[in-house]
Amino acid sequence: MLSEPDVQVSNPRSRALLLSALYSAQEQYGWLSPEAIQHVADQLELTPGQVHSTASFYSMFKLQPGGQYLLQVCEGLSCYLLDGADTLVAQIQKHLGIAPGETTPDGKFSLQIVQCIAACDYAPAIRVNDDLHGHITPESLDELLAQLSAQEEGAEHV
Amino acid sequence: MFEPVLTQNVQRADSEKIATYLAHGGYAATRQALTGLTPGELVEMVKQSGLRGRGGAGFPAGVKWGFMPKDPGTPKIVAVNADEGEPGTFKDRLIIECDPHQLLEGTIIASYAVGANQAYVYIRGEFYLGYQRLVQAIAEAYEHGYLGKNILDSGFDLDVSVQRGAGAYICGEETAMLESMEGKPGNPRLKPPYPAQTGLFGLPTLVQNVETLACIPHIVLRGAEWFASMGTEESKGPKIFSVSGHVNRPGNYELPLGTKLSEIIYEHAGGIRGGKQLKAVIPGGASTPVLTPEQVDIPMAFETLAKAGSALGTGAIVVMDESTCMVEAARRTAKFFAHESCGRCTPCRIGSMRLYEALERLERGAGLQDDIERALYLSDNIDARTFCPMGAALVNPARSTIQKFRPEFEHHLEHRECLVRLH
Ligand SMILES: Cc1cc2nc3c(=O)[nH]c(=O)nc-3n(C[C@H](O)[C@H](O)[C@H](O)COP(=O)(O)O)c2cc1C
Ligand code: SF4
Ligand code: FES
Repeated sequence: MLSEPDVQVSNPRSRALLLSALYSAQEQYGWLSPEAIQHVADQLELTPGQVHSTASFYSMFKLQPGGQYLLQVCEGLSCYLLDGADTLVAQIQKHLGIAPGETTPDGKFSLQIVQCIAACDYAPAIRVNDDLHGHITPESLDELLAQLSAQEEGAEHV
Repeated sequence: MFEPVLTQNVQRADSEKIATYLAHGGYAATRQALTGLTPGELVEMVKQSGLRGRGGAGFPAGVKWGFMPKDPGTPKIVAVNADEGEPGTFKDRLIIECDPHQLLEGTIIASYAVGANQAYVYIRGEFYLGYQRLVQAIAEAYEHGYLGKNILDSGFDLDVSVQRGAGAYICGEETAMLESMEGKPGNPRLKPPYPAQTGLFGLPTLVQNVETLACIPHIVLRGAEWFASMGTEESKGPKIFSVSGHVNRPGNYELPLGTKLSEIIYEHAGGIRGGKQLKAVIPGGASTPVLTPEQVDIPMAFETLAKAGSALGTGAIVVMDESTCMVEAARRTAKFFAHESCGRCTPCRIGSMRLYEALERLERGAGLQDDIERALYLSDNIDARTFCPMGAALVNPARSTIQKFRPEFEHHLEHRECLVRLH
């Protein structure tokens, strides 16, 4: 007869805290570095593999370091119809010299393309970190970028 | 004149605060339900109201409540689906941000009716403001004795907590949501067993959309008959329609189910921008088949849209005028679904990519001779062959757009350029 396998069965209720724990770790470390993943795994008595498999499934968990301000441009249909999406991405690209997925050398801005962020009534919409900005025009985008560029280090919200 | 029900508070100053909510009759329904009605009476009442789920599938809410086991010894759970990810949809966001107590009331009453002492709200990760407001509202509800132990001396206990999603559309599918709530990647589960039998942590779980739950306090206060007096034969009550795209006034409009699509577009949303001609409408969110201008007089109801080959879905209306390239519209939506496939089953994981690639080539003017046929063939072979309903969701927009605007696709293929080019 085979003996019971010697594996630690983790408590499902503790794993349920994983997404919250990943959010806190991300806030603390800035991104989910291998140390951050290990730290979360230790806290919840999970394996780093379990933590990584969850973290890598979700687009809001950063497995790479990024800029102080994450600019997320919505390319969903409603934003596209109102001349957002590609136009805004092109403008940011020109202004900051970064393509989607990249971070400015000074570590200030990262650019990301996202899909409908449930703000189609404010289309075209973008998110800067956790804040939503709607009805974006080329002018208001310029203004926003200028304002963020002038922002002191450490001021997360605008 | 229709009096708003679900959105009656949203315009008020500090609408998210409990003081505002209480000043306008808030929590009266909770008191009435917990102290004056039995769980069985509530389930019956919701059945009689004809309320159907507002999260997309339209399943009768009372029937679902009735599926929950009655055995008082088994712990049960209510899971609120606040993941709102269907492109074009922004109605739940309005309720969560501007009237979170209405949602909490619906949650409390539903929990009491099915015998759950624990409820979780799974909120879309991007809804940071909504998350903060909900957390605040829950704290206020505890302070006022609407949550916690022995609520309003009824002997009923309920704890509610909020869990943030983290950017995955598929986690709106109820079983993927449960996986995510358990801290795992959001891969859908096999059904059956349904969540009412085996849900979160293996316990019986009632999953309900935000807008569905927001209807509950009103049904309790004003009765099932009142609720069922609004709407059509098979679609009862008020509905929040999210309208976006080429209209003068994009926004959320609450109207009875059965309101004509044309009335919503031309009267409520102010008509087409710049006096242009209507070209196409998505009636119920990105995953519902597109309609043509000849179809806009359709009543917005589950049965009428199904008969017209589309679906009410989430009631999110995306309006496109004559300047829209339909090939590009289809490509964009296909890209979304290809990106959001959870990867669990092949027809969706690979099929969505191949479908996107065909549409992308067509859009760019680099279509292969059989790309239109390929897109249709792929659609037919993905539909109904996937592990979860995502397969149908992803083929609907592509297939319906090709079927209804085929000459535009052919133009892209033959002339290698666009007929209408938006920019
Ligand atoms: C791919 C997919 C995505 C879904 N997204 C959502 C969503 O964001 N919000 C939601 O409430 N329901 C969503 N649903 C429907 C849920 O699976 C489920 O039917 C619903 O939450 C049940 O609540 P209701 O009966 O109150 O509508 C989705 C379904 C599928 C197949
Ligand atoms: S249909 Fe798509 S989303 Fe659903 S299980 Fe299969 S791969 Fe995942
Ligand atoms: S399409 Fe951009 S927010 Fe919906």
